[in-house]
Amino acid sequence: MANSNENKGERVAIVAGLRTPFSKAGTDLKRLRTVDLGSAVVKELVQRSEIDAKEIGLLVYGQVVPTVDWLNIAREVLIGAGLPRRIDAYSVSRACATSIQAMTDVAQAIQAGHHAVGIAGGADSTTDVPLKVSAKMRDALLDLQKAKTMQARLKALSGISPKDLLPGPPGFSKEPSTGEQMGEAAEKMAKLNGITREEQDRIAYESHTRAAKAWKDGLFKDEVMTVLAPPFDAPVERDNIVRDSTTLEALSKLNPVFDRKHGTITAGNASPLTDGASALLMMSESKAKALGYAPLGYLKSYAYAAVDPSWQLLMAPVFAAPKALERAGLKLADMDLVEVHEAFAAQVAANLKALASKSFCAEHLGLGEAVGEVDPAKLNVNGGSIAIGHPFAATGGRLVTSALHGLKRRGGKHALLTVCAAGGLGAAVVLEAP
Amino acid sequence: MNAEANPLSVEVRKDGVAVLTYDIPGESMNTLRADFIDLFVRAFEQVDKHPDVRAAVLVSGKKEGFIAGADVKMLESIASPDDARAMVQRGHDVMAKLAGSRKPVVAAIHGAALGGGFEVALACHGRVLSNAKSTVLGLPEVQLGLLPGLSGLQRLAALTSLQVALDFGLTGKNMRPEKAKKLGVADEVVPREILLEVACKHALKLVGGASKSRRKPDLQTLALEKNPIGRSVLFKKARETVAKKTGGHYPAPGKIIDVLEAFGAKGLEASQELEARAFGELVKSEVSANLRSIFFATTALKKDSGVDSEATSRDIQKLAMLGAGLMGAGIAYVSIDKGIAVRLKDRDGASLGRGVKYVSDILDERVKKKQLTPRDKAQKLALLSTTSDYSGMKTTDLIIEAVFEDLDLKKRVVAEVEANGKPGAIFASNTSSIPIGRIAEGSKHPENVVGMHYFSPVHKMPLLEVIRTKETADEVVATAVAVGKRQGKTVIVVNDGVGFYTSRLLGPYMNEASYILAEGAPIEFIDKAMTAWGWPVGPMTLVDEVGIDVAAHVGPIMLAAFGERLTPPATIDRLISDGRKGRKNEKGFYLYGAAAKKKGKGKHVDETVYAALGLSVPKKSPVSTAEIQERCNLQFINEALFCFSEGILRSARDGDIGAIFGLGFPPFLGGPFRYVDTLGPSAVLERIRHYRDRFGARFEPAPVLVELAKSGKRFHG
Repeated sequence: MANSNENKGERVAIVAGLRTPFSKAGTDLKRLRTVDLGSAVVKELVQRSEIDAKEIGLLVYGQVVPTVDWLNIAREVLIGAGLPRRIDAYSVSRACATSIQAMTDVAQAIQAGHHAVGIAGGADSTTDVPLKVSAKMRDALLDLQKAKTMQARLKALSGISPKDLLPGPPGFSKEPSTGEQMGEAAEKMAKLNGITREEQDRIAYESHTRAAKAWKDGLFKDEVMTVLAPPFDAPVERDNIVRDSTTLEALSKLNPVFDRKHGTITAGNASPLTDGASALLMMSESKAKALGYAPLGYLKSYAYAAVDPSWQLLMAPVFAAPKALERAGLKLADMDLVEVHEAFAAQVAANLKALASKSFCAEHLGLGEAVGEVDPAKLNVNGGSIAIGHPFAATGGRLVTSALHGLKRRGGKHALLTVCAAGGLGAAVVLEAP
Repeated sequence: MNAEANPLSVEVRKDGVAVLTYDIPGESMNTLRADFIDLFVRAFEQVDKHPDVRAAVLVSGKKEGFIAGADVKMLESIASPDDARAMVQRGHDVMAKLAGSRKPVVAAIHGAALGGGFEVALACHGRVLSNAKSTVLGLPEVQLGLLPGLSGLQRLAALTSLQVALDFGLTGKNMRPEKAKKLGVADEVVPREILLEVACKHALKLVGGASKSRRKPDLQTLALEKNPIGRSVLFKKARETVAKKTGGHYPAPGKIIDVLEAFGAKGLEASQELEARAFGELVKSEVSANLRSIFFATTALKKDSGVDSEATSRDIQKLAMLGAGLMGAGIAYVSIDKGIAVRLKDRDGASLGRGVKYVSDILDERVKKKQLTPRDKAQKLALLSTTSDYSGMKTTDLIIEAVFEDLDLKKRVVAEVEANGKPGAIFASNTSSIPIGRIAEGSKHPENVVGMHYFSPVHKMPLLEVIRTKETADEVVATAVAVGKRQGKTVIVVNDGVGFYTSRLLGPYMNEASYILAEGAPIEFIDKAMTAWGWPVGPMTLVDEVGIDVAAHVGPIMLAAFGERLTPPATIDRLISDGRKGRKNEKGFYLYGAAAKKKGKGKHVDETVYAALGLSVPKKSPVSTAEIQERCNLQFINEALFCFSEGILRSARDGDIGAIFGLGFPPFLGGPFRYVDTLGPSAVLERIRHYRDRFGARFEPAPVLVELAKSGKRFHG
């Protein structure tokens, strides 16, 4: 679409949302690259929503785990989905809040009147991780390329020792500015905020139990597509991390991973490495109306915030949430649903505790009172990233779709989502039911 | 000379290259015509005599296509083999002038250079090709029962090897630019935009006899082709293969081998004499005339909208395919292959997975053959999406169903589609046996219901039979026809009725074979008789493939619709009660699976079937080969004539094409209607009456046959 100035400043409708099943890294979806996952979900979203592709003006997409086979995944997802190639497509990156960023980018384009219809989303495949050669090896290989004579070629390789041949871990597995792994940061937050192991295991238990029930009750039917991956003999229809019958006792028996002696974070109360993709179909309110759509809901407001990564790495959602609520003109108490992305149970607990703490809110947010307590009955009602999994760039899209379906089922009006992200970033979104 | 009116204009460039532009006015495609021979002669003379000209380039003035070959229509007017021979010899003379020119001539080829077009290019001193997908070389004459008459075989052999010339001459297959480069047929392959420039430069390079880039013969070529013993091995092998493939029904391949053998042994001139004589014989042969009639019919069908009104097709960018079985997946494949997006629906992910795998496997096969790149494959698959509900169907105007052959199910599916799909969408059924009118009873909009009967395997079988009811709207028919053509099919439109046209012909044909079996003829004897006559498979094999259960199901329906003529033999019920369904349950007339393997290569009759039929295992056939052939074929042909009488067919042409492309009726006979013309309607009628006297009502002649026998007219002009 060319400029659509008539929709300038309108509400932004989320017309449809979809995700692939989320699979533990290297399992059901391992034959699909990040771009394949993204293409699959975008293609199916377009089909299911019955949108005439001619209406689509923009695709904003993202991935977190980098790949070396393309530079702009959004463009390749668009082409891979068989969509018209005149549709603009660019990629965004905001670590675990990537698809939230994609969504707000599309929202801005719609509100600016640049487009009336856009798609946002993100995908990640942790089985498609690029391996890195050592710095020495890289230099040698680059020299080798330039070398013209046999002698020069030999010289280029002469400085290489066997240990230089080993691939190193990708740099992003640690926080670059601190050298801290995210699990270590979460471990630190657990200690700083007095979050117990029991508290964390309880959050993980609820996550699994609620997600398992939601699957059993068929609640994800309209949110999750079936993926057919080569060799096409086993359709992927379900998330495969969710456990139907986990127990607190079983969770309590797991060993801590990051601080083996005094730690509380285990494989059971952290989100696992996951493959998957999500996408949202967005429109200006008037366009949705003109095309005859009943939107899932509207993007009411959003905010981003950042904290010093060397402080409490995953605390920024607490800073973003009150800003988003203020922009929406609403209070935490007005929310019918709250979705807090579960990177770690410790982070969820720390975030909630901070929101409810008058002193924290006064000291860090300059507020006269606490943002508020989150009613456990409204929190992550169908499970969270610990049970469902967390394909980094796809999680935001999952939260939006799930929250809007949740509002509809409950007859609620507003939902708050928060997502923490590497680098000390945080995002918060307020959604509104139609 | 007036350049505008001249199909072969000459323009001399500053660099001394004469550009010969071939551009037949008023035609979309260049062909070679006998009356243009003088034009070429004059142009070559001009090149030769012009003092400023150092070299020449021959190029097409058309947007697409170099020279598509000889004008096939022109061949029809050739009066005698001698006339044809004289024409070919005149052609040889011109090509000799071209090949012998002191000034090098280079062909600049974009698009198709087929048959005579390729031969002209081969007589040039060099060839530069565009790298477009549409650029192909080939000698398809064999497909028309002819041989290349401008010594293209010999020149191709000289440029590459006898083996390559045999391969392309005998199959008529296309040679793509990369292959041409590899074989040394193309000197350069370049983007179209610089084709002419590169060709001119190349022509100048050849001035003064600069060495041509010839491929060095490999060891095998040397061993096989450079000595008489090797050559005799090569040609013996070729003759064996041809005999096996043609069953002796097609004379052209043998002549092609003769020409190349003569060329290998005695050189160009000796082989040209043979070539001219063989061309003369072939062009006036019954077989070539029949094959050319098929060519004309398919060409006409390409231009036929399928309706008599001015109704035009809807714009179909996407279709929905219900059912991901072999047919559904096959239809999905031919659609996405041609850029039509497909929403494929089936019961569950597992069924859809099998369908997608089927499509993906065909694409993989093409990638393996280098017809596609892995990227092409990905782009095609991007157009395929799957679902187990009716989502994604509101944005398509065409829904094709290939669900289980059950009327109630199909009626339910129509209603569901109308409830969930786009209002006014076309509903097409791929049924092979259920009348479309019955399915349309389940529809609120019977004007949108049409039959699209594809044949299995869809990506290989060239026919689409579109079936219209009395209520089907013309634009709906036109849309089905247009989509079929886009999918690469030859499309005939027939009127609704039990078995439509194609399925209906098989009924009496397979019945007759079963009657002959009941008379005590061995199963393989019946099949061999029919394949020897020219059918690709015999009727007993066909029953196994179609399914004995399907045949048993259809039998009574045919009987009810068409009366006594279609009385099925009692044997079929015995087969059913013996649990025989044919290939699908590996239990039929033949052995399948492990049991077949145990017996070694080839097909083996399951001899226990005779006992199930209450017969003893036969030693010798009480019915002769000739009688088996005649009885089965007369049933087939007579039923085709009935379809004509009843108005099922729009024309005898469609009847011929449907039988050949859908059912494998021998192409060299030109189709059932042309075959009746050849034999003479009275002669055919006489034979049918002969069998009616023996067997009664099942040999009731079609009314049109009786009329034609009386009037002395023919189906085709």
